[in-house]
Amino acid sequence: MNSIAAAPHVFWAILFIVLPLFIVVYYAFVDSSGNFSFENITALKDYAPIFGLSVELSVIATAVCLIIGYPLAYIMARAKPKNQKLFVMLLMLPMWTNLLIRTYSIMAILDDGGFLNTLLNTSFHIVGTKGAVIFGMVYDFLPYMVLPIYTCISKIDKHMWEAAQDLGCNTVTTLTKVILPLSMSGIISGVTMVLVPSISTFYISQKLGGGTFELIGDTIERQFVTGALNVGAAISLVMMILILISLTVMNRFGNGDEGGIIV
Amino acid sequence: MAKLIELKGISKSFDGEKVLNSINLYIRDGEFVTLLGPSGCGKTTMLRIIGGFEVADEGQLCFDGVEISDVPAYKRQVNTVFQKYALFPHLNVYENIAFPLRIKKVAEEQIKTKVTEMLKMVALSGFENKSVSTLSGGQQQRVAIARALISHPKVLLLDEPLGALDLKLRKDMQNELKTIQQAIGITFVYVTHDQEEALSMSDTVVVISDGEIQQIGTPTDIYNEPTNAFVADFIGESNIIDGVMLEDRRVRMAGHTFDCVDGGFDKNELVDVVVRPEDIDVVSPEKGMLTGIVTAVTFKGVHYEIIVDIKGFKWMIQSTDYVAPEENIGIYIEPDAIHVMKKSKYSGMFGDYSTFSDEIEQLSDVDSAEEF
Repeated sequence: MNSIAAAPHVFWAILFIVLPLFIVVYYAFVDSSGNFSFENITALKDYAPIFGLSVELSVIATAVCLIIGYPLAYIMARAKPKNQKLFVMLLMLPMWTNLLIRTYSIMAILDDGGFLNTLLNTSFHIVGTKGAVIFGMVYDFLPYMVLPIYTCISKIDKHMWEAAQDLGCNTVTTLTKVILPLSMSGIISGVTMVLVPSISTFYISQKLGGGTFELIGDTIERQFVTGALNVGAAISLVMMILILISLTVMNRFGNGDEGGIIV
Repeated sequence: MAKLIELKGISKSFDGEKVLNSINLYIRDGEFVTLLGPSGCGKTTMLRIIGGFEVADEGQLCFDGVEISDVPAYKRQVNTVFQKYALFPHLNVYENIAFPLRIKKVAEEQIKTKVTEMLKMVALSGFENKSVSTLSGGQQQRVAIARALISHPKVLLLDEPLGALDLKLRKDMQNELKTIQQAIGITFVYVTHDQEEALSMSDTVVVISDGEIQQIGTPTDIYNEPTNAFVADFIGESNIIDGVMLEDRRVRMAGHTFDCVDGGFDKNELVDVVVRPEDIDVVSPEKGMLTGIVTAVTFKGVHYEIIVDIKGFKWMIQSTDYVAPEENIGIYIEPDAIHVMKKSKYSGMFGDYSTFSDEIEQLSDVDSAEEF
């Protein structure tokens, strides 16, 4: 009975998840004429600088998200229940707009002749800098950092705060010795959910990078658009493996329970 | 013994509802004090005010003669054992107990000695590296006690600490808590709704109802000399009958004049009379001071619980001798088994067994866990 009910899901998963994975692996290990080769993999070293830049920008964006997101999530979780709903609502609101449209809007605001410069009558050059790309990443992915941490903190038994105070903790030590360790699983989920899409994004860097530099997501996209399926597949495969490794490491770090939601 | 904690005119309201109404109480150094009362009577709020988790709306809280109303919880020489233990799930047993010392940055050597000593005291040696989530309720309880005692507080506050344990374990822990308290000689303030627990462990019992203290006394005083119908009913079983104090040592109730040992009332003052079920002797109708018809008999192991209808009022008698339902019996009461109380706002609310059932008693006992 169970297996019959699961059949459509299994079918779906095989067709759209497992099969494409095999196709990616297949393309990564053949050359353009279809013969087995390691050429694509060895060609990857040319992309090392791009990969490095992707890691750099996404790590910075993730760190910024964590620094902004944790206090925000903490304040939300400690607010009155009525206000909590409002906070969550406000946080979710931008997510109802398509990511691409939001990115375009940021571009329109930050552009050289854009809204911001017109308003202030200045000529800041923002679009096309690393800062703009990081800003875009933070803006687009911040909710993914805040929500898991918020959920995690609000689930902490209120007696934990009281017990910490009772045993000699002031506000700061309560946070560092008790609340922070107890919200580690939320932090790990948040970091994962921001880092993974940041590292593989291509439209944010294309739009806000103003075409001046390329991230690994752009490279993959370019390979596929120009028909170089094999190299694109190889880069994708390596990305996937690296992400899996980092997820495993993070899951270890967070005791494995409920941490590391795999996106 | 010196006064260690003193509550002077403490009042507290939540959402406009008065939970504590002008509480005056002092707790002496080294005493085992129990705050006893039904669900929602304000006993937990009182404990939380002493612990520093709530601030009183009015009144003063003094510790060792110094007002501490505005001192935050972490600076008070008071530690709490929470109802659901509140152990830190990210730390193992050792680290949970060591926690207060780590916050105070005590040297590692000293921490080790103290934690080992504490573990020994609560009989958990060898559990150092266990995760707290793998421990049973009783073991978690012990960890919570060890953690609260390691920094040598002057007072330990316990908020229904045995509520989550099963009956057998609860009895063992009662003894253990009492032993620990006597061994270390500090003040315990214990909150419970379980009158038996209160009577068996405490030096002093404070009976609370509706945000007011009803009576403060030793367990024997509270049981033998309740001040009003509420206390008499809440502590043990009691028949509470309307009576008239004819003169000192003579009270009239249920149409019979009894000799008693109480005095100091006005002539013909209306009073509540308490007679404990175990103090009533069943005799033949001719020899009885009062007579009535048995309506129900329940076997309770040690004794029979007999409900007797005497002139429309249902009395409870506990007797080791069996009587049959529907039987006409007489009852005999010794003068010193009669306790006379002044009328109070609780008069007429308790002490009649006409609607008595075991289930109702049980229900009212269970749901008192969640009150803040």
